[in-house]
Amino acid sequence: MRIELVKRKEHSELMSLMSPLIAVGLTALSAAIIFAISGVNPALGLYKFFIEPLTEQWSLEATIEKATPLILIGCGLAVCYLSNNWNIGAEGQFVVGAMFGSILPVMFPSFENSLTLPLMLISGVIGGALWAMIPALLKTRFNTNEILTSLMLVYVAGLLLDYLVRGPWRDPDGFNFPESRIFSDAATLPDVFGGMMSLATPITIIIALVLALVLAKTIKGFEIRVMGESPRAGSFAGFSAKRLTIFSFALAGGLAGLAGTMVVSGSLNQLLPSISPGYGFTAIIVAFLGRLNPIGIIIAGFVLALSYIGGEGVQSGLGVSNKIASVIQGLLLFYVLACDTLILYRIRMVSRRAANPAGEVSHV
Amino acid sequence: MGTENHSEVDTASAPFARSGKDKLLDAQGLTKRFGDILANDAVDLTINKGEIHALLGENGAGKSTLVKMFYGSLEPDGGEIWWDGQKVAIDNPAAARELGIGMVFQHFSLFEALNVVENIALALPNPGNMKDLAKRIETVSREYGLPLNPSDIVADLPVGIRQRIEIVRCLLQEPRLIIMDEPTSVLTPQEADQLFLTLQRLASEGCAVLYISHRLEEVQRICHHATILRHGQVVNECDPTKETPATLASMMVGAEVIAVNAAAQKPAIGDIRLGLHKLSAPAATPFATALNNISLELRAGEVVAIAGVAGNGQGELFDAISGEMRVAPDMILLDGAPCGAKGINWRRKKNAAFVPEERLGHGAVPGMKLSQNIVLTRHSTGDKLVNGGMVSTANAGEMEQRIKQAFDVRMSHDDPEARSLSGGNLQKFVVGRELDRQPGVLVINQPTWGVDAGAAALIRQAIIDLARSGSAVLVISQDLDEIFEIADKIAVISRGFLSEPEPAADMTRERVGLLMAGGAETQGEVA
Repeated sequence: MRIELVKRKEHSELMSLMSPLIAVGLTALSAAIIFAISGVNPALGLYKFFIEPLTEQWSLEATIEKATPLILIGCGLAVCYLSNNWNIGAEGQFVVGAMFGSILPVMFPSFENSLTLPLMLISGVIGGALWAMIPALLKTRFNTNEILTSLMLVYVAGLLLDYLVRGPWRDPDGFNFPESRIFSDAATLPDVFGGMMSLATPITIIIALVLALVLAKTIKGFEIRVMGESPRAGSFAGFSAKRLTIFSFALAGGLAGLAGTMVVSGSLNQLLPSISPGYGFTAIIVAFLGRLNPIGIIIAGFVLALSYIGGEGVQSGLGVSNKIASVIQGLLLFYVLACDTLILYRIRMVSRRAANPAGEVSHV
Repeated sequence: MGTENHSEVDTASAPFARSGKDKLLDAQGLTKRFGDILANDAVDLTINKGEIHALLGENGAGKSTLVKMFYGSLEPDGGEIWWDGQKVAIDNPAAARELGIGMVFQHFSLFEALNVVENIALALPNPGNMKDLAKRIETVSREYGLPLNPSDIVADLPVGIRQRIEIVRCLLQEPRLIIMDEPTSVLTPQEADQLFLTLQRLASEGCAVLYISHRLEEVQRICHHATILRHGQVVNECDPTKETPATLASMMVGAEVIAVNAAAQKPAIGDIRLGLHKLSAPAATPFATALNNISLELRAGEVVAIAGVAGNGQGELFDAISGEMRVAPDMILLDGAPCGAKGINWRRKKNAAFVPEERLGHGAVPGMKLSQNIVLTRHSTGDKLVNGGMVSTANAGEMEQRIKQAFDVRMSHDDPEARSLSGGNLQKFVVGRELDRQPGVLVINQPTWGVDAGAAALIRQAIIDLARSGSAVLVISQDLDEIFEIADKIAVISRGFLSEPEPAADMTRERVGLLMAGGAETQGEVA
């Protein structure tokens, strides 16, 4: 008896939809086991983690606040991953974007008018995109592995931020705390829908919808998908892999930078040494759980945001370390990638040396 | 038809009797089918101990399929393999190695970051202590005239030495049969001579060698016996030392006369549509071929075919003409306009069309629908597929229907993913996609590679019809039957050199075979 993966003739539409659901189910199962091992009633643990945050106004608002940057970064990353550009450094692009977006309110606090916010957002986009250009150019010019370079630049960006808020950008009236001055009202993103969310959320949803349209309907979206699936066919179509690498990194970096600026301007109102609970990394999971599709990413963003709030919930309510949130996020990515195998393969049990039908078979 | 030849050969080559106690490997009636294609059709092959046995055949003749069954990486659909007098089932490469069958692949599977001894240790079932292994590697490699330094890092070694590692790795397992797939294609002549000495020494020790090569002089020089495959069947066996490269070539390509459709209708030759002028390009990778001073004029109304054995620069030539590889502007002229440095879409807009050798992954994206694959090559040729940046699904779908009907592309449901079509149907689609445009210049690499006879006939006729309607067609093919069927002029490519095109009527298979085996180079160098 052995288990075989048999290649499907075409990819399964059903499994494309089912794969993330199966993955969420398996993650919940694993989480239950972890809760049980930690001596917590698994049912209660799962309830506190996944359900309770949705039952109260404040935790729902907190979920939306955390989902917003995840969705925005995830959308940019989806374009990278669809086109075979492995940008792992969105966290750094987020941080540099936040720093660029803060130039105006920190260095020119008296510049307060209706242009302040738009200028901040634009500088955030530029900052993130510039930071993303480093791995992109290294890849196109020197064939460096973008996974390594983009990841390493995350730490460089973190240290830069640390230096700024402890050094030149420290608040003169801040009792030597490592934080920048508080942003003026003109530099703060307003709340909308009766204070339920900041303006960042509708901006993010609109960007995701536009991107969904671009990917599904335009020649640029076609180019992105062709290059990801078959670079040789892409070059036969006359698309340039190098230009697309630059484009996708610029887009992902720009969106991450925008997310960074909107977080500091919308919820923190100042620059701090730690402005992100790992948004840039969690967004990788969001992108894959959302099937690299902006609409799916909106949903996935909320699921992952839940894990941040749920992690705090089980820590305060049940005494389980909130590190469990990272464990569950990691499990989720693991299961999504594993379940994606089912899109192109089906599982078959066979007895030894059964007649071998035509088709590619790999042994597991 | 193989059996009669077989018995003749038996008596003719007495020193290498094909039967008796010397038999090491004896395959009987091996059959392997891939979908519609019979890759091996009841193949009989006997290899004796201590024999260097050549396996000859054009590309697609079924050589690789056959040796993969010996090496356990493919399971035969029918037939038997006898090893040393016992019937065996070779389930996987490990089982093959246990029997004493080793294989040296054409493309190496070495880890560049590791050193020689580490690479070899990885491939051995029980490598033991590294120091002892390093010593063994040194001894064995020196003994066989393939000296290796066990501590060298693979990344620093030239291709010839890397092949040595593969061979020594094979030798350390004390094989009784070594299968070599085109071993000299990556070697310099000096390195090849060294390899021949090693092979002769192995043979004298009783180890058998199954040698796949396109270089006929080489086969003639070192092999004791040759089996020739054609379209999956054994068509001949011979003692290569008693043959000439020309007779071997004619056995490979078959000498039957084929009805020539192209000659039925005389072409009305027009202006030069595609000109290549001293086209040269360096090899991009160690496995690529450099192009050397290739010149060619392709006129409206004619089909020019480029014959040649695989890996002699066909892919590189195609990429240069299509624009996927850029060269100096004046090296390529489309209707007189220099375009060597222009991209593929610029050339498409100049009414050129291209069909690459690989259908899946180059000519078409496997996971995309046929209608999307139409957008792939026609998005900028003014076919209304893209309006203001938006892809028109409706127009692409309409075009897909049109091509499907005109070229009889059969599919299980409408607009499937490219990967689900059979080879022949996908080829009809990929060719049809370009012919649908009525291009002025068509460049097509391996138009009917791995395609069933019906689809092949349809595609060939379409190519001839296109040329007769006033377009210029350049066909790159390894199938001589096909070339003689459709070409008005034939040129031969060998190691990146192209021979002068000659009228097909004046060409013989023997002459093409000799040009393939290196004649094109000398001619190309003079030209």
